[in-house]
Amino acid sequence: MAKHDHDHEHTAPPSDPALRVKALESLLLEKGLIDAAALDEIIDTYENKIGPRNGAAVVARAWVDADYKKRLLDDATAAIAELGFSGVQGEDMVVVENLPGLHNMVVCTLCSCYPWPTLGLPPVWYKAAPYRSRAVSDPRSVLDEFGVTLADDVEIRVWDSNAELRYLVLPERPDGTDGMSEDQLAAMVTRDSMIGTGLVQAP
Amino acid sequence: MAETLPIDRFPELPRDEEGPVFSEPWQAEAFAMTVKLHEAGHFDWSEWVTYISTEIANGAPPDEVDDNAIYYRHWLNALERLVADKGLSSPPELVDRKDAWRRAYENTPHGEPVELTSAG
Repeated sequence: MAKHDHDHEHTAPPSDPALRVKALESLLLEKGLIDAAALDEIIDTYENKIGPRNGAAVVARAWVDADYKKRLLDDATAAIAELGFSGVQGEDMVVVENLPGLHNMVVCTLCSCYPWPTLGLPPVWYKAAPYRSRAVSDPRSVLDEFGVTLADDVEIRVWDSNAELRYLVLPERPDGTDGMSEDQLAAMVTRDSMIGTGLVQAP
Repeated sequence: MAETLPIDRFPELPRDEEGPVFSEPWQAEAFAMTVKLHEAGHFDWSEWVTYISTEIANGAPPDEVDDNAIYYRHWLNALERLVADKGLSSPPELVDRKDAWRRAYENTPHGEPVELTSAG
């Protein structure tokens, strides 16, 4: 019998933002503006189904298929859609290719524009102020903190994503991977290598 | 919605490589509402970007230290403002409903489901 125990007479309300979300959600549901099952589906999709493996499949295809790579660099949105990846924040994609002597890196200085269909939702550091400011002002030291040391003569280009354009880095294919299958290549491609804060390493 | 490859093609890494995408359920819910309202045509994504980048430019909430929580607090502020500006709700309606939920929690015995009708 817990009836006499005051602590069990009520339920502690959740945090202020959680209450605000409940308020918004219940009002939008009542007005028929959103649908509960659709919300659950979106959450499940972004938590479990969309992630950097989609981008890795794009990179691996570009490494093994020169025609695909050309299409990818010419019209990234269409070439990515060929593999079945499209949707919110996947419109107006630009793929930038790393080359010997040229390293590309992506940031969104204003907020967190990021190619969801190919990379999933952005990591915490991508959304945080230090990366958003320092990626532009001092990219070499940011790369250093990610464990990427580039020779002094390598040019670094930083691309600022926005509502109109979202960038994906096509990393260099590592040496010694000639005999590998497309799936094996995709498995090596990390999320950070497609943001430009990592390099693809041969296993 | 986006078509995706079958998840079992890459069973080893189906999600964010550095841990969960959302650190609390309300963050996922705020995210999902935004995407659905956009998909239903209530606003362009570029409008959304303007709202959230304005929130971010205004600075972090002082009572929050976790980067992900700060980010989604910005997100929620932006969503509330956008919903109000689009006439889908209003600040007084949102505040009233939040207070009703708070009372509903306080009136519900621990362990029982919290329903809005318990707000009294």
